Amino acid sequence: MATHTLSVLVENKPGVLTRVAALFARRGFNINSLAVGPTEHPAISRITAVVDVEDHPLEQVTKQLNKLINVLKVVELDNQEGSVQRDLLLVKVAADATTRSQVTGIADLFRAHIVDVSQETLVIEATGTDSKLGALLTLLEPFGIRELVKSGTVGIGRGAKRITDRALERALE
Amino acid sequence: MTKPTEATPTGHAANATLTGAQAIVKTLESLGVDVIFGIPGGTILPTYDPLYSSRIRHILVRHEQGAGHAATGYAASSGRVGVCLATSGPGATNLITALADANIDSVPLVAITGQVGAQAIGTDAFQEADIVGATMPLTKHSFLVKDAGGIAAAISAAYHIAHTGRPGPVLVDVTKSAQTELTEWRWPVKMELPGYNPVARPRAKQIKQAAEELRAARRPVILAGGGIVRTGAGAALERLVDMSGAPVVITLMAVGAISDNHPANLGMGGMHGSVPAVAALQQADLIIAVGSRFDDRLTGRLDTFAPRARIVHADIDPAEIGKNVAVDIPIVGDAGLVLEGLAAEVAAWETRPGYAKWWEHLNDLRERYPRGYSQPADGRLAPQRVIERLSALAAPDAVFAAGVGQHQMWAQQFLDITPARRLLNSGGLGTMGYAVPAAMGAQVANPGRQVWAVDGDGCFQMTGHEMVTCALNGIPIKVALINNSSLGMVRQWQTLFYGKRYSNTDLHTGADTAMIPDFVKLAEAYGCAALRCSDESQVDAAIQEAAAMTDRPVLIDFQVSRDAQVWPMIAGGASNNTIEYAQGLAPAFEREEF
Repeated sequence: MATHTLSVLVENKPGVLTRVAALFARRGFNINSLAVGPTEHPAISRITAVVDVEDHPLEQVTKQLNKLINVLKVVELDNQEGSVQRDLLLVKVAADATTRSQVTGIADLFRAHIVDVSQETLVIEATGTDSKLGALLTLLEPFGIRELVKSGTVGIGRGAKRITDRALERALE
Repeated sequence: MTKPTEATPTGHAANATLTGAQAIVKTLESLGVDVIFGIPGGTILPTYDPLYSSRIRHILVRHEQGAGHAATGYAASSGRVGVCLATSGPGATNLITALADANIDSVPLVAITGQVGAQAIGTDAFQEADIVGATMPLTKHSFLVKDAGGIAAAISAAYHIAHTGRPGPVLVDVTKSAQTELTEWRWPVKMELPGYNPVARPRAKQIKQAAEELRAARRPVILAGGGIVRTGAGAALERLVDMSGAPVVITLMAVGAISDNHPANLGMGGMHGSVPAVAALQQADLIIAVGSRFDDRLTGRLDTFAPRARIVHADIDPAEIGKNVAVDIPIVGDAGLVLEGLAAEVAAWETRPGYAKWWEHLNDLRERYPRGYSQPADGRLAPQRVIERLSALAAPDAVFAAGVGQHQMWAQQFLDITPARRLLNSGGLGTMGYAVPAAMGAQVANPGRQVWAVDGDGCFQMTGHEMVTCALNGIPIKVALINNSSLGMVRQWQTLFYGKRYSNTDLHTGADTAMIPDFVKLAEAYGCAALRCSDESQVDAAIQEAAAMTDRPVLIDFQVSRDAQVWPMIAGGASNNTIEYAQGLAPAFEREEF
C-alpha cells in the first residue's frame, strides 16, 4: 500500500464534506486524514485527503470523487519533492520546574512553540510532516504526554502552477 | 426503444411573484413535465394546492414506493424524466427503495419531497426525516431547498442532472416554509453546476484503436449493456453488428437493444444466461463492452472471467471503466456515439474478418444448447410455457415489466423482445414489487400500447395494491401472475444448495393450498378483471381474453408448478466456466481448443 495525498476542490456548500466522507466510507477506501477549509476563492473549499491505497483503487477514488456534483477538481499531490505537506500538532506535556527546560529545549530543536504554561504542564504547538511530528512525540513521550491533538494534513504544490484555474473561477462567477 | 434524451426543455421566458409551492408547479410545467406520481401529506400540502389546477396530470398512488417505480416505468419506457412527489418523513423514506433502484439502473427521475419548516429542521419535528442525508448514497444528487428563491434553480438543475450524462434519480427536498414564502419566479433560470460536465463525445483515437482490435480479433464479442437501451442506440448497435459480423451478448438491462431474433444475438450472459452467450464471453479474445457495468451477475467469479480477452470498455460514466474488470482500451462517451463511431470505422474496412471459425463454434453451441425447459414432474402448468405463449400472443409492440426472481429470468428467456417491444427490469437492485407500478408508469407514458406486468406471487403481494391506482385512473395494465405459491428463486436455491430445507418460502397462494390471498378475488376487490388459469389448454384463451380488455386492468392468476427451475445457471460466486445447462449438465466448452 502507498500513501497518496489528494487535493479536492469542492463547492463551498452545506453537506459537501458529508458527501465526500460518506463516499470514502461506502466505497471502502481508508482515509488516514482529512482536512477541510477555505481557499483564495470564497465559493471554493479545499479538502486534503490522505489515503492508503494501491494505484488501482486510487483511480477509483478519484473517479468516484469526480462523480460527486459538488466536486470541482481532484488533484493528486506529488508526495516527494513536488509538494509541501504539513500537519499541525498541539500537545500537552507534563513539565514541572525540574523538567521544564529540557522540554522547551526539545521544542526548540523542532522549531516548535510553547503556547501555554502551567505549574505541571506545557502546551507545545508544532507544524511539520507526519514523520517530523512523530519524532518530536517520541522525544516528549518520557516526560508524559497528557493530551494530544493533531490536524489532518494540508498540502500545496511547489512552483507557480496552481490548481484553481481560470476556467473554474469563471464557472463560479 | 427510448427516444434519445433531449436537451432540457425550457418554457417561455416569464417572471411572476409566486409562492414557493406555485414556483414548484410552474417550474415543472416549464420543464415540460406532464405526469407526476405521488401522495400528499402535511409538508407537501402547499404544493398540492397549485397542482390541483395545473395541466400536469397527478396520479394518486397508494404507497410512495409505487410512485417511485411508476416514475421509473414511465421514464424507462419513454426516455423522458419521471417525476414523483411525496411528503416528509415516512412519505420520503417510502421512496427510498425506488430511488435506489433507479440509481443502480440509471433511470432519470426527479423526486420532490416536502420537508418540515426551515425553523424546525433538526428538532426531530413531526414527520421529520433527513431524507437528503439518507439518500446521498442512493441518488445521483440531491438538494435541500430552504428558501422559495432557490426552488426554480434546484428543480431545473435536478431535471438536468437526472437525464444528462449517466442518467439517475435526483431528489429535491423542499421545506414547507419555502413552499409558503413568496418569491420572484423567473424563467428560464440559471443553473450553477460548475462541477458537472459529463463527457458525451468519445475520443476518435480510442474509437480507432477499438476498431483496430476488432479487425485483428479472432473471437470477438460485442457486449451490449443497458446504456444502449437508455440512449435509444439500438439501431447503431445493429449497424455495427451487421457490418462487423461480430456476435453480440446482451445484459439483462440491454434486452431489446437488438432483436432477440437477430442472428448475431447470442442472448444474455451471466448467471442465468444462455450457454452460447456465457461461452462466448469466456472464450473471447476481445470484448467490446458498451454501456455495461460488468456486474457480478454477469461476470461470475471475477478472476476467471473472460481470461483470454482484451477488453474495450465504453461507458458514459468514467468510474465504471476499470471498476470491476481491468480494461485495455477505455472509452468515455455516450453509447450511441461510441457505436456510431465504431460502425463508421468498420464501414471503411476493405475486407470483413467474418470470424468464420468462431461462428462455427458458437453456432454449434447454439444447436447443442438451445433455449428450453422440461415439463414439471408434478404435472402442473410449466411457467415457461405461459411466458412463451404470452410472447406469441401479446401485441408486437407490447411493453413488459418483470418483477424479480424466477419469473423475471423466464421473462428474459422466453419473451421474444424486438426493438418494437420493451422489457423493463429491476436489474441492479433486484427490487421485488417493481413490476406492477413500473407497468403502471409505462402504461401512462404509452397509453396506446399493451402493457404487461409479468409478476410473481411474492412480488405482487409487495406492490399489487397499485392495481387500485390503475383501476381508478384508467390505466389498463395486464398482469400475468406466475403463481408458484413460493418465493420461487429462493426456493430454487434452497433446493440446490440447502438440502431442500424450505425455510420460509411457502406462500400458500397456489392451487391445492390455502390460497391466501385468492388473487382473483383480490384483483376483483381492487376493481380489476381477473382470470384464473391452471391448465395448459386454457393458457392461450386466458391471454387472448386479457389482451382484448382495454377498459380496465386485468390479472391472470397462472397457477404453475412450484418445482420449475431457472436453467441454465451458474452458482452464486462461481466461475462462469461452471455453467450448467440443466441440473448436473455442464457443457465442456472451456476445454475446447481453438
